[in-house]
Amino acid sequence: MRAFAELFNALDQTTSTNAKVAELTHYFQTAAEADKLWCIALFSGRRPKRAVTTTRLREWAAERAGIPLWLFEETYPIVGDLSETIALILPDATRQTNRTLSDWMAEILRLTPADEPTRKEAVLEAWDCLNPTERFLFNKLLTGGFRVGVSQKLMTRALSAATGTDEAQMAHRLMGNWTPETTTFDTLIHAQDTEADQSRPYPFYLAYGLEDAPEALGSPADWQAEWKWDGIRGQLILRGGSHHLWSRGEELITDRFPEFARSADFLPDGTVLDGEVLAWNGEKPMPFAELQKRIGRKTVPKKLLKDAPVVLRAYDLLELGGQDIRDLPLAERHARLESLLANIPPEAAVIPSPVVPFDNWQTLTDIRETSRDAHAEGLMLKRLGSPYLAGRKKGDWWKWKVDPLTIDAVMIYAQSGHGRRANLFTDFTFAVWNNGELVPFTKAYSGLTDAEFRQITAWVRKNTLQRFGPVRQVTPEHVFEIGFEGIMESPRHKSGVALRFPRMIRWRHDKPIQEANTLDDLKALMP
Amino acid sequence: MSVDPVLTFTDRGIYCPAGDFYIDPWRPVNRALITHGHSDHSRWGHRHYMATEAAAPVMHHRLGDVTIQTTPYGATTQIGGARVRFHPAGHIPGSAQIRIEVGGQVWVVSGDYKPEPDGLCEPFELVPCHAFISECTFGLPAFKWAPQAAVANEINAWWASNAADGRFSLLGAYSLGKAQRLMSLLDPSIGPILTHGAVEATNEVLRAQGYPLPATTRVTADLDVKAHSGGIVIAPPSAFGTPWARKFGRASTGFASGWMQLRGVRRRRAADRGFVLSDHADWPGLNDTIRATGCEKVFVTHGYTEIFNQWLLSQGYDSAIVATEYTGEGADTDDTAEVD
Repeated sequence: MRAFAELFNALDQTTSTNAKVAELTHYFQTAAEADKLWCIALFSGRRPKRAVTTTRLREWAAERAGIPLWLFEETYPIVGDLSETIALILPDATRQTNRTLSDWMAEILRLTPADEPTRKEAVLEAWDCLNPTERFLFNKLLTGGFRVGVSQKLMTRALSAATGTDEAQMAHRLMGNWTPETTTFDTLIHAQDTEADQSRPYPFYLAYGLEDAPEALGSPADWQAEWKWDGIRGQLILRGGSHHLWSRGEELITDRFPEFARSADFLPDGTVLDGEVLAWNGEKPMPFAELQKRIGRKTVPKKLLKDAPVVLRAYDLLELGGQDIRDLPLAERHARLESLLANIPPEAAVIPSPVVPFDNWQTLTDIRETSRDAHAEGLMLKRLGSPYLAGRKKGDWWKWKVDPLTIDAVMIYAQSGHGRRANLFTDFTFAVWNNGELVPFTKAYSGLTDAEFRQITAWVRKNTLQRFGPVRQVTPEHVFEIGFEGIMESPRHKSGVALRFPRMIRWRHDKPIQEANTLDDLKALMP
Repeated sequence: MSVDPVLTFTDRGIYCPAGDFYIDPWRPVNRALITHGHSDHSRWGHRHYMATEAAAPVMHHRLGDVTIQTTPYGATTQIGGARVRFHPAGHIPGSAQIRIEVGGQVWVVSGDYKPEPDGLCEPFELVPCHAFISECTFGLPAFKWAPQAAVANEINAWWASNAADGRFSLLGAYSLGKAQRLMSLLDPSIGPILTHGAVEATNEVLRAQGYPLPATTRVTADLDVKAHSGGIVIAPPSAFGTPWARKFGRASTGFASGWMQLRGVRRRRAADRGFVLSDHADWPGLNDTIRATGCEKVFVTHGYTEIFNQWLLSQGYDSAIVATEYTGEGADTDDTAEVD
């Protein structure tokens, strides 16, 4: 695994995109085929499932390091990463090994069904012959938590450079339902029309947020506006008599949403749709929380299927009659989508996402303000002449979200973050007033600058009232403006509400805690 | 039996009633014994200072015209009813542990310390004692330092690779202690060593004392950058990203600190490279030292005091936490603070 660990270190040590691509390209040019295949799998999120519970790993690591478990547990939040904590506390390796990445992956897959004594023995052996970076990676792979600061786009670029295959074509080949156990490097990269092609999705085209006024986009006549739905992005594939649903995270989620089994009855084979999966009550989208219940379940109980049925609001057509039509202009694709979905019955679970008509940017600006009434989180702007591109590209697709709802709240608990934010207090709980008491209603993690997080961290250390494990109760002193996309009733929360996408908009140094909002103010924002 | 404690802990600092003096106090006092020149231990405003001969020049450099009574390492001074002796702490040049003996009871204040010899500062000396007042900046089992030579190799390899690419290496380090230690680890055959003014001012003081530092060039406004191509620049991290640093073009940046052991902190630093190099004791260093002093009582001053204290109690030590205003080596301290 030395070569893979060196690659990881090299990627970890630079912030330069070119340097990262160069390191990856070098790896793809020099590593063995099986290792390359695993590298692609891991860098595209195809991680094996957790082979050992973290509870056991903690125990074994503490035992091996000769420290009590409580000391391990105290060290973990400061290091901010479990795999790293284990790698750091273990004694130095006593042996070396030449096992490669694919050897270790095979070992990890072997351990998944093994009994506990076998697992323990194998894990302790592994720790004893790996260097610290290798150990860290091994732990990450063992716990199913491997991530790396390299986008799939960069990996694809490097792979394209190393193999001489066109980048967009490479991106398409890497998609779909494969694992290193079901294919080989050669098949994945070079072979055409394998069976996997049946389910293979197209890379999603992703929009950037619109930061300037829409006037900067030029003539309104060149643009199509649509509602931006708050669901999950989905690609529905109807090929070879079966259907496949992919999430934007390139996860095959067909089984979670059995509604789409019927889509094939109403749509021709060789059709691929891009749209938003929404919980749908027959007339309008239901709150995201309803969809959330569905996302978490691999199989769906009947009651849930009835309480929170889903549809695909389709807004793009990528394949028709088995032909890839992504290069056609949006106006053309959209016309075909409309005629395809005209008169489609509700049982099909596919509904066209309407175009929002507008003559000028001012009209559209006014329409955007009504997004919440339309159960949308804003608008999408798409250039009528644009092809369907792969990945996040600037220029043709923009998301233009409505401004968030905001409330001023008091920070009452703080917890330290993970990874890059280890050892900093970054996760806060906020409260609003209710009858003279502060009632917690949300957590938020993002929105402050590093400098602000450092400042608040120093403050938290000096103003801790009580510790509950990793959580610190702090003196109510600081007010933050909390922004969020939506609010709904929630009997599970003490405050009776749950927020969608809460984050810190700014630190209100100017506000004393008495001037924070009340629970009634918050509830008044409910639709 | 009941013996009066040799030292007590006050809101001005660690106090010795028998000798009526303080050690590294953080509020102005009449007589202050100073372990080393870092600003959280050696503060301005005391009437009389006492420090090692080796620490005094830097203290004068930083505190200006103050009265410092100096002592060689290992010499005994009687102050009131206390016998006082300074022993090397291995933290930075001139740094000391202070041994205080009152009525046969020996207490040692470690200040900041590093057991591993670094070839530049006076090597740490173990001082047997009844009570040991220890820092624990890195008092967690995750902190274990590689031998200095291995880190030196990493730094020199990084420098050499940048030099081969025609790039400058910008290495961030606090200007007293860490900066000079790094210089002494560099391989001057790779290229020229350049220094920021704040670092060079300290270099001059230490060179005059006879500490062996390599030849360096101060970065001035009219420096011929091209003539020093492929050089390494030692500067306080606060100088990174300023117009001052821009003259070195697309330099590779590095930072050396014990905190670089943690990937999260390393990534947050946004330097290209993080080198794990600290002037403090690591976990084995703290534990081995405390054990070897043979002390019956431990006081932990700054760092992960709560956790380390709990660990010492579980190991059978009579241990307690002392609240101080020392900062140790902060993971996110303002880079101008010289506490490393």
